[in-house]
Amino acid sequence: MDILSFLVIIPVLTVLGIIIAKDPKHTRIISAIGMGLQLILAAYLVFAYLGERNAGNIAEMLFRQDYMWYANLNIHYSVGVDGISVAMIALTAVVVFAGIFASWKVDFLPKEFFISLILLSTGVFGFFISLDLFTMFLFYEIAVIPMYLLIGIWGSGPKEYAAMKLTLMLMGGSALLLVGILGIYTNSAPDGGALTFNILEIAKVHIPIEAQRLFFPMTFIGFGILGALFPFHTWSPDGHASAPTAVSMLHAGVLMKLGGYGAFRVAIFLLPDAAQELSWIFIILTSISVVYGAFGAIVQKDLKYINAYSSVSHCGLVLFAVLMMNKTAMDGAILQMISHGLMTALFFALIGMIYGRTHTRMINEMGGLMKVMPFLGVAYVIAGLASLGLPGLSGFVAEMTIFFGAFQHTDVFHRVVTIVAVSSIVITAVYILRVVGALLFGPIKNPHFEHLEDAKWFEKLSTVTLILAIAAIGIAPLWLSNMIGTSLQPIIDKLSMIIP
Amino acid sequence: MTSFSFTVLIVLIPLFVFLFVGLLGHKMKPIVSGIIGTSGLAIAAILSYFTAYQYFFNTEKIGGAYQKILAFNTVWLQFTDKLHIDMGVLIDPISVMMLIVITTVSLMVHIYSIGYMKGEKGFARFFAFLSLFSFSMLGLVLATNIFQMYIFWELVGVSSFLLIGFYYTKPSAVSASKKAFIVTRFADLGFLIGILILSFNTGTFDFISLTNVNGAAIATGSGIAFLGLSTMTWSLILVFMGGAGKSAMFPLHIWLPDAMEGPTPVSALIHAATMVVAGVYLVARLFPVYAISAPDGLMVVAYVGSFSSLFAAVIACTQYDIKRVLAYSTMSQIGYMMVALGVSGYGGHEGLGYMASMFHLFTHAMFKALLFLGAGAIIHSVHTNLMTEMGGLRKHLPITHITFLIACLTIAGVPFLSAFFSKDEILTAAYHSNKLIFVVQLFVAGLTAFYMFRLYFRIFWNKDTHYHHTPHEAPLTMTFPLIFLAIASIFSGYIPFSEFVSSDSLPFETEIEWWPIAIPSIIVGLLGISLAYILYKKESTLPHRIASSVKFFYTSAFNKFYFDEIYMFVTKKIIFNYISRPVAWFDRHIVDGFMNSLAWITNVTSVKIKGFQSGQLQQYAFVFISGAILLGILFIYLFSI
Amino acid sequence: MNNGIPIEYFLVTATLMFFAGVYGFITRKNLITMLMSVELMLNSVNINFVVFNRYLFPGQLEGHFFSLFVIAVAASEAAVAIAIIINIYRNFQSIDVEKTDEMKF
Repeated sequence: MDILSFLVIIPVLTVLGIIIAKDPKHTRIISAIGMGLQLILAAYLVFAYLGERNAGNIAEMLFRQDYMWYANLNIHYSVGVDGISVAMIALTAVVVFAGIFASWKVDFLPKEFFISLILLSTGVFGFFISLDLFTMFLFYEIAVIPMYLLIGIWGSGPKEYAAMKLTLMLMGGSALLLVGILGIYTNSAPDGGALTFNILEIAKVHIPIEAQRLFFPMTFIGFGILGALFPFHTWSPDGHASAPTAVSMLHAGVLMKLGGYGAFRVAIFLLPDAAQELSWIFIILTSISVVYGAFGAIVQKDLKYINAYSSVSHCGLVLFAVLMMNKTAMDGAILQMISHGLMTALFFALIGMIYGRTHTRMINEMGGLMKVMPFLGVAYVIAGLASLGLPGLSGFVAEMTIFFGAFQHTDVFHRVVTIVAVSSIVITAVYILRVVGALLFGPIKNPHFEHLEDAKWFEKLSTVTLILAIAAIGIAPLWLSNMIGTSLQPIIDKLSMIIP
Repeated sequence: MTSFSFTVLIVLIPLFVFLFVGLLGHKMKPIVSGIIGTSGLAIAAILSYFTAYQYFFNTEKIGGAYQKILAFNTVWLQFTDKLHIDMGVLIDPISVMMLIVITTVSLMVHIYSIGYMKGEKGFARFFAFLSLFSFSMLGLVLATNIFQMYIFWELVGVSSFLLIGFYYTKPSAVSASKKAFIVTRFADLGFLIGILILSFNTGTFDFISLTNVNGAAIATGSGIAFLGLSTMTWSLILVFMGGAGKSAMFPLHIWLPDAMEGPTPVSALIHAATMVVAGVYLVARLFPVYAISAPDGLMVVAYVGSFSSLFAAVIACTQYDIKRVLAYSTMSQIGYMMVALGVSGYGGHEGLGYMASMFHLFTHAMFKALLFLGAGAIIHSVHTNLMTEMGGLRKHLPITHITFLIACLTIAGVPFLSAFFSKDEILTAAYHSNKLIFVVQLFVAGLTAFYMFRLYFRIFWNKDTHYHHTPHEAPLTMTFPLIFLAIASIFSGYIPFSEFVSSDSLPFETEIEWWPIAIPSIIVGLLGISLAYILYKKESTLPHRIASSVKFFYTSAFNKFYFDEIYMFVTKKIIFNYISRPVAWFDRHIVDGFMNSLAWITNVTSVKIKGFQSGQLQQYAFVFISGAILLGILFIYLFSI
Repeated sequence: MNNGIPIEYFLVTATLMFFAGVYGFITRKNLITMLMSVELMLNSVNINFVVFNRYLFPGQLEGHFFSLFVIAVAASEAAVAIAIIINIYRNFQSIDVEKTDEMKF
């Protein structure tokens, strides 16, 4: 049975179902059922994967399927997963599921909204299962394009500007990426023979170092733009601020992870020599991201801007860890992607819910909300604590793995930048506590806020799903960390052949 | 060998209570959640006492030394092949001692809170948080490795944050909680970096292998690395920074006085008896490493401790808020414990300071919890924190008065009460190691006696203040803990502590050195008490006149030597205005401006280019013809040569 | 050659006519005048055709045929152009070429 293709087929069927649906209510229910199925399928995939591994299957990728769809250029629809993609798929399923419930009350063109949203998630799922660079790129574009519509139509504030900026910057990244991918493709058979897009086959050959030097920066920056690499992160604050709730959730929670995932699966894995050689430039950029994002978040006034900058900081840590190129740090990078995905989705969901009640996102206009909406308040505090790395929640596990992994390097440069990155935990604490204090605690400033309602059932469902996932990773991280760790082995092996 | 695996329950019971009360608390009657919380802790306390009994009396010693027992251990997260974080329970003399301290004080505070918090909104939440704190603190002391300790360290920090900010509608409480969290977080940054370096050098987190005197870990990293100190010393100093933050040592002390915004039972439990001594416990945990491979680190500990104790004692003499006086007194007493560790050597009688520190930690927990709970009872009945608005309370609050007096006598070091013994050991250790520190600590002992009795006389004697409501004695749930702790304060000094706790786990004998240690300390204490008696027994203007005669010194002490202002300056001015705002501006205008200007350039270019499509036929014709002519000339030029 | 008028005379005349036409086409705002300028250019070309035929290839007739052909095309073109101009006049109430810039950008 081709379990992986179902991950793409179910969203497509859901989209078809929504097209047939008569009224908004049906639309919502169909989306919820479709994404619920997707969540179950993802959970099943996790178990099936672990089962296969326990049964002794040591293939690099499991559940392989391969169909040729454009023979002239040797492009395949080739799918397969390892522990890393399984983890990312599970993350996506959780976030999308929560996102559907967070946008339960979209009343302007709901049908089109859900179609775009689910189309986007199709792209993301397709990206994570693909092993063929071209197909991967195709799914990447499928994920990016609906974003334009979602922000431009259902957004708030200067939405056209934000949508345009986001799309253009990501398209710029795509352009670099396409060149990079084609560069890898044309060098994929240095000893003669058929050129290929297949990642696993490319990984076996040794791409000439000159080509690597040229194409590594392209692919890394191409993916890095999506992963909010300094100084290409500026689409993020505006984009997030204008996007509707579910889109912010998906975007920060999942789409930005495509960047980190791609950077490490394509840029580092396929072009290891250049990665080794040029990593210092990007390490400096990412450590700037980490600290800079955190400082930037301190003075923001809009809740969504705070979170967007915080995402810059946290996603910077992902790329930072990827570039450290040892097993522990990379393990941490994947954990951080998952952890950040969940907690930032939770943040944006909550901000959306709070905004829906107070009609403002300015923290200086709020205060004392804990008293009127205890559920949302507690959830916000939990999200905040996860973000500042409280043990028992997912952020801590990820950050510590990164720091300890990065600190394994024996040279001064890597260790100094690690200490710089570590110091971000204090700055994070400052801005998180500032927001939590101003938003939830203290007396109620605005008399209109006295009668706000607490969360509704669908909001609670959305929130609780995410909190459970965050806490589960935070309390028992070992299985996840091991699942990722074993899948990192091929990459580590490939890198260790190069490192002198 | 007795099995200690049941000790896991000591940690887990408060966790379950937290989850249960936290999730379902709002559905129960308040009192039910109180009873659940209290009985959960009572079970934990009974288990702890049982553990102590089993450990000290029924467990085989090897070579006369108490063994470290790994009661439970499981891998929680694997970093590399060597580095992994375990979750487990480590039983050894100091962890067992801490178990007793924590569960006892926590149980008393639980009982007390049932009375104190009665009718408060969020009663269930309060008990949930108390359980969370107890869970984290117990996990901290039972940690098998330094990283587990860090994990619980952070959890303790957050429970403290939640409890300080318990009255979350009160802005001062919110900002105090924020301050406490951020300051300790900053200190924890040092702790974390210390762990990074330490684990990198030694390749382990595990306490047993770290502190093994003959092990490989302790000998690593001894080469000079940076500024004349070895890597090991640096890492341990950074670890101590974490400890100093939690234990409110100078200059990371500023959060502690503000933390008094929390409910008083919380101050008693967290900010007097248990959490603030975590730093002392941390140093004690790693003591062999400090003593053997980083004696310079211990010097730092000693001087920081000594200076903090002096600094805090001076400030305490000028404060009017009774909880703040107690907070500074806590800081000063923790300074004593740090000093004791800092001057201590390793093994046998050399390790007297180590034992004295733990001893003082134990007695301090009892009498300081008593002081805070007593202060709580006073505040509960007169509804103010300021001692200027009190006076003559001995008639109204007889039980509180007696127990408070006992606590004051204890802390002042009056002979044959518990703190006399423990403080005496500390002074002995200091005397044999560093005379300067000995003199300072002796002076601080006098100051302690003075400010405590200043407090005592102002509250219970002095003028007869008129109160709106006549103060009345607290209910039994509140007085019982007071009486219990008073008894503990009197008698806990008679525990032969050196039999149980010592730096190398080998029991040794101690005796009081009357001269030149005990007698001067008694004299100094009595001097302090008499001075307070003269100044504050009756209402008088004398204190005021003395204060104005040393006005500059007095105002700076009264304003806590302006440390809050300095910190405010650093955070508000430097970080906010000179780093964050420019960063945000830079991001908006330079980085984003660059991206926007790319778009702008494209736009402008496009506007210019589209001007060519003017729709003016004649322009087109002109361009066309000019082009044709130019081409013609070009071709003629090219082909005619 | 036979009648003694040098070819340059014809060519200079034709060139002057052509550039007069170009000048008129570019500067005149009236569509009819512009049409007339176009005719002027066409006629200068006709002259060239005939002259080159006569002077370079006297035994052949292609140049003459071409100029007849151009005259025919010019006639039909004038008809079409005037039809367009009339339509423009109906739309804009003017035959000023500067006003007919609806299709710009």
